Amino acid sequence: MTEMIATRQAYGDALVELGEKNKDIVVLDADLSKSTTTAKFGKKFPERFFNMGVAEANMMNTAAGLATCGKIAFVSSFSIFATGRAWEQIRNTICYSGLNVKIVATHSGVSVGPDGASHQCIEDISLMKTIPTMTVVEPCDAVETRKSILAAVAHKGPIYIRLGRAAVPVITKKEDPFSIGKASALRNGKDVAIVACGALVANALTAADMLSKEGIEATVVNMHTIKPIDREILVKVAKQVNAVVTAEQHVLDGGLGSAVATVLSGNYPVPVEMIGIDNRFGQSGEPDLLFKEYHLLPEDIVLAAKRAVGRKKK
Amino acid sequence: MIKSQCLDIKSLEERAMVIRRHVVRMLAKAGSGHPGSSLSTVDLLVALFYNKLRHNPQQPAWPDRDRFVLSKGHACPALYAVLAENGYFGVDKLDTLRQFGSILQGHPSMKITPGIEISGGSLGQGLSVGLGIALAGKLDKKDYRTYVMLGDGELAEGQVWEAAMAASHYKADNLCAIIDQNGLQIDGFIHEIMSSYPIPDKWRGFGWHVIEIDGHNYKAILSAYDEAEKIKGKPTVIVAKTIKGKGVSFMENQVDWHGKSPSKEEAERALAELK
Ligand SMILES: Cc1ncc(C[n+]2csc(CCOP(=O)(O)OP(=O)(O)O)c2C)c(N)n1
Ligand SMILES: [Mg+2]
Repeated sequence: MTEMIATRQAYGDALVELGEKNKDIVVLDADLSKSTTTAKFGKKFPERFFNMGVAEANMMNTAAGLATCGKIAFVSSFSIFATGRAWEQIRNTICYSGLNVKIVATHSGVSVGPDGASHQCIEDISLMKTIPTMTVVEPCDAVETRKSILAAVAHKGPIYIRLGRAAVPVITKKEDPFSIGKASALRNGKDVAIVACGALVANALTAADMLSKEGIEATVVNMHTIKPIDREILVKVAKQVNAVVTAEQHVLDGGLGSAVATVLSGNYPVPVEMIGIDNRFGQSGEPDLLFKEYHLLPEDIVLAAKRAVGRKKK
Repeated sequence: MIKSQCLDIKSLEERAMVIRRHVVRMLAKAGSGHPGSSLSTVDLLVALFYNKLRHNPQQPAWPDRDRFVLSKGHACPALYAVLAENGYFGVDKLDTLRQFGSILQGHPSMKITPGIEISGGSLGQGLSVGLGIALAGKLDKKDYRTYVMLGDGELAEGQVWEAAMAASHYKADNLCAIIDQNGLQIDGFIHEIMSSYPIPDKWRGFGWHVIEIDGHNYKAILSAYDEAEKIKGKPTVIVAKTIKGKGVSFMENQVDWHGKSPSKEEAERALAELK
């Protein structure tokens, strides 16, 4: 059985680990520190933890101020509040100033579950990646989350890291290399490529197994960095398989799919089918039922792969 | 390292005249910008930069410097003039305000202008940044102080009050807010558009030490800065009554001069008064 861990849990642990080594790290939260798991850091390093109360805009800019003084400021809340409520603070004060603020938001996607649409942020990739100079990362599991938090510290400047509430299977290994902007293929096939991020990577792997049983061999790319996107691997796999499926727990507008399509249309146009949420809000329910409702399951990816293969130039 | 010239009041008033003349010329040259909003800040800025701040224009990133954040970023022509006169960059640069390729952007940009602590232009955000700087100072056990200037119209932004609450909660006594209470915002008088009055009571309610002064009286300004420094356990706000467009009779207290640059002829008339 694959181990199941929420990416947010790995975040809190990584912060504690880093806080030990790097005294410049400070953490801010907006009254959600138990859910985002930054409370783990707060407990260990109370003097470097600032609970800013339910005031996300102020929190973002307080982090900016700390960063101007050499601090590496991690800011956390739920994705919708961090990227939605405080978007303009992120754009005008953090990114325009080029500050070393790490926005790590949890509860992205419909997998938030019972809390419903208000708390299921499905627009954050788009909101963050449109800001000039911003980097956007969505790790696929707990192991990769730890690596992305470490990489965020090494990375100079602002970064957005997208995490989830629900437990997801651990599919990468400790020893797998990780660097921002450099994707990797988790399996290789000759017929179609599935490019996924976050929780959809596991579903893409399952879909690839299902496709293989039907004689369709799929490459699966874990595109953990949505911006800057790894153009090289995209063009390479497109040339190999000539049909691409993208998969994300995000609206289709402005997410991973559109980033992939932008690269391919300009470099090596091939049919692209997109798995994502099509112009709808989320709703209450358990994550598995919501994945079914919003067509994010392996079965949905299989159908998309077949459509993409069918559209290949003969 | 420490620079604080401590000029007498007469010299400060002379500096202010130089700054006001720069502002008028810069805006006339640029063809756009905010004269009223810039002119109301001048005395508060001159007193701060010449007599109070510990700073080193040759080393703008000196870690122990006092910080100044212009939250009402549209008043940056006045700040640019003060920075130039202090030696952060050449006075000749003032002529390039708002032009393509200039180090002096229409609103403050920390990445290209020496002496600018944070990029600005979007109202309501500066006090939070100042709080972050103040918290960093406490963490690092540094004794620098942080000053943040806000407009009275800007006080309508909810984030200001988030920051006010948080600064008081964290007992940020190394933080000093300065409110340029000129009584006007873009669309009209504060009491007509969105009243932020009574300003002092609100800040007291949020746990701040409040000092009310005439923002064009150097004795009052300087003693307010001194008093703020002595208050421990809570942040201080200086509520400074000012005149928008101060120094140019036809701009004073006129809503129209918020964001309109003077023509060549108007600039000449203004300069004739600023002597
Ligand atoms: C968030 C935001 N909203 C609107 C504006 C446009 N704006 C620029 S100045 C101003 C009025 C500000 O009034 P006040 O704070 O009193 O400043 P002052 O009178 O000193 O110009 C407005 C609405 C802005 N810069 N930022
Ligand atoms: Mg005003």
